[in-house]
Amino acid sequence: MIDTSRFPATNAIGDFIRATLPGPAAELTNIVLAVLAILTVVGLTPVALIWMERKVAAHFQARLGPMRVGYHGLLQPLADGIKLIFKEVMKPEGADTFVFFLAPILSATASFMVLTVIPFDHHLQVTDLAGGVLYVIAVAGLGIMGVLLAGWSSNNKYSLLGAMRSGAQMISYEISLALLMLLIVLLSGTASLREIVFSQAGTVLDWWIFKFPLFGLVAFVLFLISSTAELNRAPFDMAEAESELTGGFTTEYSGISFAMFFLAEFVNMFMAASLTTTFFLGGFLAPQFGLAPLDRVLDAIPGFLWFFLKSYSVIFIYMWFRWTFPRPRVDQLMNLEWKVLVPANFFLLLVAGLFVAMGLV
Amino acid sequence: MTEQQAGLADDILENGVAMTVPPGFSIDRRERHTDEYFLNMGPQHPSTHGVLRLMLRMDGENVLEVVPHLGYIHRGLEKIGENQTYLQNIHLTDRLDYLSSHMNNLALCLAIEKAMGIGVPERAEYIRVMVCELQRIQSHLLWWGVLGMDLGAITSFLYGFKEREMITDIFEEMCGARLTMNFFRPGGSFADVPDTFIPRVRAVIEKMKTAIDEYDTLLTNNVIMHLRTKGIGVLPAKTALAHGCSGPVLRGSGVALDVRRSDPYSIYHRFSFDIPVGTVGDCFDRYKVRMEEMRQSLRILEAAAASFPGGPYRSKKYASYNLPAGSYYSQVETARGLLGVYIEADGGPKPHRIKYRSPSFANLSALNDLAVGHKLADLVPIIATLDVLIPDIDR
Repeated sequence: MIDTSRFPATNAIGDFIRATLPGPAAELTNIVLAVLAILTVVGLTPVALIWMERKVAAHFQARLGPMRVGYHGLLQPLADGIKLIFKEVMKPEGADTFVFFLAPILSATASFMVLTVIPFDHHLQVTDLAGGVLYVIAVAGLGIMGVLLAGWSSNNKYSLLGAMRSGAQMISYEISLALLMLLIVLLSGTASLREIVFSQAGTVLDWWIFKFPLFGLVAFVLFLISSTAELNRAPFDMAEAESELTGGFTTEYSGISFAMFFLAEFVNMFMAASLTTTFFLGGFLAPQFGLAPLDRVLDAIPGFLWFFLKSYSVIFIYMWFRWTFPRPRVDQLMNLEWKVLVPANFFLLLVAGLFVAMGLV
Repeated sequence: MTEQQAGLADDILENGVAMTVPPGFSIDRRERHTDEYFLNMGPQHPSTHGVLRLMLRMDGENVLEVVPHLGYIHRGLEKIGENQTYLQNIHLTDRLDYLSSHMNNLALCLAIEKAMGIGVPERAEYIRVMVCELQRIQSHLLWWGVLGMDLGAITSFLYGFKEREMITDIFEEMCGARLTMNFFRPGGSFADVPDTFIPRVRAVIEKMKTAIDEYDTLLTNNVIMHLRTKGIGVLPAKTALAHGCSGPVLRGSGVALDVRRSDPYSIYHRFSFDIPVGTVGDCFDRYKVRMEEMRQSLRILEAAAASFPGGPYRSKKYASYNLPAGSYYSQVETARGLLGVYIEADGGPKPHRIKYRSPSFANLSALNDLAVGHKLADLVPIIATLDVLIPDIDR
């Protein structure tokens, strides 16, 4: 078992505030600071991801991508952002004004809320809920609300079709995701995200992707597929499907309300990647190979850097998917979920149960 | 003016509420279900390839009926043609199917040559065949890229354009234009090809041989691509013939009809090439036919480049091309199918009446038969593999 005293749950800034301010005031200050920190992550993630997506797409397509704004287009997301903010916000005739403008905010909020339980490092986690996995499943589901309401309130048939597709799709794939999370909970014996990370301490082979022999790898691939569908990302972007539904649920959105959906999409992608990292790739733990000198060097690198490195590698896989595959049809996607993924997940759960019962993991 | 005033719409009463049925639908009023709805796809829609407008009768995601509405870029090319000399008409044919503009030019030139008995030198014939086959590849490359994009694989769009650019550069060097070529003239072409023509064509052949395999890896052998195209939009050979379909659409249904073989023009009879045909007639068959056509065009190009002769590039020029009174017809195989040009001449420098039989128009007429019973998402590969070009339909 791992020595958790090496990984204190509190950080220096929090300790300093607790030492200088009286009890309740210190707690309040810490909460405000934590929320601000998460907001910063939410704010900066899309900036990094927009640039990354455009560059990755460009290089997959044998071109350079943005090169003009800043060094290798590094300031391009800023230009994109400014453009979106200053665009006119339009509302179609007959749209439900309140719901129409509420929907993008709901979407962005849901993805923001999940990040509060993600352990970015052993001392960088807003709160460690004992039922963290349950919280993730519950809150991530809220994102569907935004999409459904957007499609419904737009007063546009394409938007409605997109929203209905995405509603069906996200609810279905939530099941696979929940089953896969349950698998990890079963294997690690805890539902706290922090504890799940600690259950993977040791060498690289102790990460759940390898520790649960072969099946871990299968579970990892299934998680990638399910989360791509859950994210509404190409090749499973039926909700947008620009060649079929023009823009899907975002057809009627413009300016800052479109930017909110855009932001939610990228933050969601980061969220899914960080969950993958936490569940399968050892979270913030440095990879250890059982070679003492190398391990010491790797261990000296701060955990949050490892966390971001792992998450962005997973995000690269999502982008790889998007710029390679055509899009299946919406009913074929449902077939994949109900006829392949759900049975496969139940089988994995069964195998995991046997492994745990026999004490093999 | 509302649609009702224009006499286009048809109001029916349903549960005491007036429902407007758009024109053109063969809808049974008594059996109409309330959960059906009409969806307007186009004229501004990403996958209608221009300004095609489709009215769809839908039940959820299922397509019950498709009614195309044409004419958004009708320019009256046939009417304009009556007021232009025959030579001026050549540049109008560029604007029919702009991805086959060389072949359109050729169709009109063939009719003029037939009417006036103009001969064509050997070198000019070779130029014609090579340029037309280059353009067939160029057109199919664009189609391939756009098909991928329509199915959500945007990367294929740029891959297709990468090789297409090589061919477009050849055309640009040859006649100064990249899209509307206006290159062929009765008796040859307006200019000779530059010295770099043959080396550049050889470079394209070399590049394309590996590129097509790359396309197969990226899209043809992709399992999602198979899911989206196999068994979708099946067009039986009988229906295809009844609609007057031609080109890869007809060959995809298993009918080996190719004007280059059945009614050889220019010097196509000297080259050996296969006519690929499909078996089922679904989207995937039409896809495979076009991919194979690119390989066959490369075969023709390779043989032509090996025996490319010298000599004049055009026979005698006339100050004015006055066709003797009578009617003349010529046909060519464009990238989309059979293009027919029918000229009614009155002996003057301008045609009395000129009529184009464009392949896309006939191919589009099969759309309803293909789409009914499929999902909205299937319309996209169906339209893409019909490869309709709206300027060719509207004229």
